[in-house]
Amino acid sequence: MMNIDIENFGRELDELQVATKASLGAADRRYIQRVIRTQRAMALGGRALIFTSLPLMPLPPLFFGVIGAGAVSLGLSKILENMEIGHNVIHGQWDWMNDPDIHSSTWEWDNVCPADQWKHSHNVVHHTWTNVMGRDRDVGYEILRVSEKQPWKPIYLAQPVYNTLLAFLFQWGVAMHDIDLGALRRGELKLADVRRQLAGIGKKAGKQVVKDYVLWPLLAGPWFLPVLLANLVANGMRNLWSYAIIFCGHFPDGVQTFSEADVEGETRGGWYLRQVLGSCNITGGRLFHLMSGNLSHQIEHHLFPDLPSNRYPEVAPKVEAICAKYGVPYNKGSFARQLGTTLRTIFRLALPARRRALAA
Amino acid sequence: MTKVASIWSRLGEVASLVATPLLPAHYVELLAPLASSRKARVEEVRDEAPGVKTIVLRPGRGWRGHRAGQHVRVSVAIDGRLVARTYSISSAPERRGGCIDITVKAQGRVSNALHAIEVGAFVTLGAANGEFVLPGGQRILFVTGGSGITPIAAMLRSLAARKAMADVVHVHYARTANDVIFGEELRSLAVDHPGYRLVEIYTASDRRRFDARRLGALVPDWQTREAWACGPQSLLDAVGGVYTSPPHVGHDPRSTNGESHVGQLPRLHVERFRAALAVLPANASGGRVRFATSAPQQSIEADAATPLLLVAERAGLTPKSGCRMGICHTCDCTLVAGCVRDLRTGAAIDEPGVRVQICVCAAAGDVELAL
Repeated sequence: MMNIDIENFGRELDELQVATKASLGAADRRYIQRVIRTQRAMALGGRALIFTSLPLMPLPPLFFGVIGAGAVSLGLSKILENMEIGHNVIHGQWDWMNDPDIHSSTWEWDNVCPADQWKHSHNVVHHTWTNVMGRDRDVGYEILRVSEKQPWKPIYLAQPVYNTLLAFLFQWGVAMHDIDLGALRRGELKLADVRRQLAGIGKKAGKQVVKDYVLWPLLAGPWFLPVLLANLVANGMRNLWSYAIIFCGHFPDGVQTFSEADVEGETRGGWYLRQVLGSCNITGGRLFHLMSGNLSHQIEHHLFPDLPSNRYPEVAPKVEAICAKYGVPYNKGSFARQLGTTLRTIFRLALPARRRALAA
Repeated sequence: MTKVASIWSRLGEVASLVATPLLPAHYVELLAPLASSRKARVEEVRDEAPGVKTIVLRPGRGWRGHRAGQHVRVSVAIDGRLVARTYSISSAPERRGGCIDITVKAQGRVSNALHAIEVGAFVTLGAANGEFVLPGGQRILFVTGGSGITPIAAMLRSLAARKAMADVVHVHYARTANDVIFGEELRSLAVDHPGYRLVEIYTASDRRRFDARRLGALVPDWQTREAWACGPQSLLDAVGGVYTSPPHVGHDPRSTNGESHVGQLPRLHVERFRAALAVLPANASGGRVRFATSAPQQSIEADAATPLLLVAERAGLTPKSGCRMGICHTCDCTLVAGCVRDLRTGAAIDEPGVRVQICVCAAAGDVELAL
């Protein structure tokens, strides 16, 4: 991978992790409780605004203003719930509080993907095998060609189209992600296992769909349709935003992928190095970091996946300094740069590699 | 009635469906925190005796009440971490106003945190629990020491409220008269209720130990009374000694021919303070590991460097695991008792009920895991 003093690089990162975790306390608990309260109030307020708008339908500007505000509030609350709260709680970032109400073993998120399947596909597979081709199923999510190391197939010609579909339906992609059809083909997974997974997804997704597209609209009686559409907008907002943030994590220009040979006999320091080389940060303000679930600090999140996300902003400059000291590239850029280069890659790699690139 | 109830339960079901994956209570508690079943608000904190405070709690809607003498699990946040201890409820179930009292001696982290807690703060409550309760209507002997008075106070208050204080003798040990928790209230109960006799013994000046002779002198008819005892371990040991081997009975424990005088002794009910927390031995180097769920009968020798996940697997168990390096939390399991050491930081973890990452923790002394 890289020829650096990997042992001391790892030791410094270990020390940073231990020191930061040791300083966790009452202020961190207040932080997550406040975010959860805010998110729930926004969800409730959003739904209330949507219902308030309904009798205003004869006054279109007012109606669209109020129902729009309601849909946006609900959408923002879903973004907060999935990203800063759900993703991070399910990682076990808040387990240290020993609070059964905010715990990875009990949390279920507002998303069609069941938390237990997410814990496997994401916490175990992706975070352990980050960017290792053939092991990390997040490299292109098994459907996109995002690295030239993935051999080209004709189906990739269509990837600009289905990538767009994935963005709009992102939560469904996340829900299906743990179903490993490759493993099924290879016989490592039994059909019964896949059926059990599908049943879990069906149960969770059913509840989610009934909630947003049947029950809440029914409560509005004759105004069924506007409520359904507002909920569709809210879920769509969350899908597009989480797609954009998550695709900036490992696909922008400059990110590295690895082979299984690269990680043979990998030490703790080597694992840290791979996390840094395989992840990208997005620069931005406090609100941006909050709404991205602090996945804008993807590098720090991959180094310390169970460190509470509110601490990533404070450890980021320290991680960057350690990387600079050991000559490890630290990939950070604006949202436009990271998303732009990601989308460019998806378009470019839809086509097979040119002869020149192959020769090189 | 049933029609109304079924409409309400239907509404509840619909509310659950529209709130999924949360519960309706998660939204209601934004405005009304006590809508939650497990929360309680601190209404008052008052000094009871030197180093002892009573915390008045208003439980949330799910509270099912208690019986006099029962205890309850109370969790408070200390440095952001919830820590739970069990306390006897010292108020009578008959008290109006919907509040309960716990009376807490400042000893240990949780009790100290409860002493410092502010009115208006919230704690988490379990359900009232325990079999240390009064069936009612018999001749009673209470033997208590120090803060062991708390469950008995609930019983005395309950008996007084029900006008059922028929024939109660109460021997209470405290350091001085001033240290008697609820001292004034107990003394005035004794004045108001002829059926209640209070014997206070102050250990600062009276060092005679509790034994059958002493008890016979204080309460001549003790053998005709059903007894309840609560207090420090030394007192409970002494009381237990009296009730299992009375000195005037020449009883051979090996004899099986019905000469058992033990059966003729009145019943003794004992409430112990919580078991002492595991103390990490200074030179802890591994210990015996017990997997409480899978193999509660056997324990396995483990050294101080082998992750407990490996210990479990070598013992033939198949716990869930993922990254095996402490990042994914798939193998987390609950510490029942004992102490483990986090191999990454060297930190000891000894709080029963916390979840430990067994792929990066090793035994530090004897350990029991819910696995």
